[in-house]
Amino acid sequence: MDLQQSAYDLVRARFPDQVLGEGIHAGQRWVDVRRERIVEILTALRDEIPFELLMDLTAVDWLDQGRPERFSVVYQLYSLTHNDYYRVKAWLPEADPSIATASGIWQSANWGEREVYDMYGLTFDGHPDLKRILLPDSYPGFPLRKDYPLTGHGERYDFPKHTR
Amino acid sequence: MAVQRPMRLPMEIEEQEEGDLGSKRMVVNFGPQHPATHGTLRTIIEIEGEIVTNMELEIGYLHTGFEKLGEFRTYNQTVTITDRMNYLSPLCNNVGFSCAVEKMMGIEVTPRCAAIRVILYELSRIADHILCVGLQAMDLGAFSIMLWSFIERERLYDIFEDVTGARLTTSYTRIGGLFRDVPDDFADKVRAFLVTGRKTLREMEGMLNGNKIFRDRTIGVNVLRREDALSYGVTGPLLRACGVPYDIRRARPYLGYDQYDWDVITEEGGDVWARYRVRVRELEQSFRIVEQAIDRLPDGPINVDLPEVVVPLKDAHNAPEGGMEGLIYHFKNYMFGHGVRPDPGEVYFATEAPNGELGYYLVSDGTQKAYRWRVRGASFYNYQPFAIMCRGGSVSDVVSGLSSLNIIAGELDR
Repeated sequence: MDLQQSAYDLVRARFPDQVLGEGIHAGQRWVDVRRERIVEILTALRDEIPFELLMDLTAVDWLDQGRPERFSVVYQLYSLTHNDYYRVKAWLPEADPSIATASGIWQSANWGEREVYDMYGLTFDGHPDLKRILLPDSYPGFPLRKDYPLTGHGERYDFPKHTR
Repeated sequence: MAVQRPMRLPMEIEEQEEGDLGSKRMVVNFGPQHPATHGTLRTIIEIEGEIVTNMELEIGYLHTGFEKLGEFRTYNQTVTITDRMNYLSPLCNNVGFSCAVEKMMGIEVTPRCAAIRVILYELSRIADHILCVGLQAMDLGAFSIMLWSFIERERLYDIFEDVTGARLTTSYTRIGGLFRDVPDDFADKVRAFLVTGRKTLREMEGMLNGNKIFRDRTIGVNVLRREDALSYGVTGPLLRACGVPYDIRRARPYLGYDQYDWDVITEEGGDVWARYRVRVRELEQSFRIVEQAIDRLPDGPINVDLPEVVVPLKDAHNAPEGGMEGLIYHFKNYMFGHGVRPDPGEVYFATEAPNGELGYYLVSDGTQKAYRWRVRGASFYNYQPFAIMCRGGSVSDVVSGLSSLNIIAGELDR
């Protein structure tokens, strides 16, 4: 049984109103879902397929690309039992970029979500410790957004200087 | 938007009663400029006497913005960025990135290219593991092991310099092939290294395996349980030290790893000793793979025969000054807006780097630059459970555990 097909069947059968569509590229399939019941979807995938590992959690900014929403949070799942990957993409609107946390399902989501918050400004409801992870706490912007220039807004010149 | 948090003092005595000199419970700052962190890692440790009660990890001191930079560079230019991530084994990053783009474009590299990539990948793994074991021994007091491992690493770096022209910033791979073929004496040098490398490995094992100090400070120290390892997304030698036989080279073979005869190494226990044993035994497997690959290194071209991806060689048939075809391909490959352009789509491709799963998540919009370039660094996910591993242990075991994780700050913070 093809794991990617059975994962898609599971999501579509259990959460028919949440599925926005699916895609395939280079033999890798993914499912696009709404954000409202993402914790239930991921929990079902972890427990019933099972996907033991959340390999990676990241986000993509689709500014002006004609996508349903601006942001997508990408979950790379890996199943040790079946030796295959699957990808779940949850779509977040620009006006309210928030989604429930997956850190209760896999601990690896904890830092992954902190990095997404750091770089994109997406918030994860219920996250135990949502704060910046790579950038300083006082940093004003979200650098990986597409409307943020490569050279920054001059933040590097405004870091507080400590003098003795 | 950003929250201002109160800065914690490095030595904050939380409870001080009369007669108690603050020894009951204190907060100690470890790093980011501490020699035992082997990088810029900051750890805030709460200790009660000698026992670690809580730990907070702070990272980001080496954040370089590689993922943002990669969105402004073409695919072949991005190869140079990957060098700077895991700076103990830059060739592994090069190979992993090129394989990810080739997977997205559906390109199969030539047999000679695949074999050279495997040899260099495994030599990088040897350089990484042998240095990690050496530093682990140095942190526990066996300084000479570190010097021996550095000698072997120097020999490897000489080979890398011969092949790629640089010791660290190798940038050896190109999409669809390699920057150039290996020199003529490559096989001899690698064979010579296999002899000395194995000898040094035996010496290192002889110094450490029965060493009472080393065993006392590693066995049962910093234990990572199997279910925690899976939940935290830990991969590589750390996961195999918990008894999970997950190695991408065996699970999802790439570059013809299934043609070589080698074993996936697992150990039980999940402690520092098990990680040391996994690394040492994996070194022997890497020697085996290199030996087989160098013996049957095939002849033939190193680049795929796709002129829109790899510029054809400037020979008599299509020299830029003589042939029209060559001129067109040079133009198409190097002018702005041209070059390697995968179809719109996305791909996640992972290779087994020395410290775990090195995954690249690439999103292409059909132009010569990646729309999104995400690096799943093994260090990032391997470092997170360090807090729970140290909890309840002695404060001196923090150093022992940290060197066994092989955290590379360049890959951790990217």
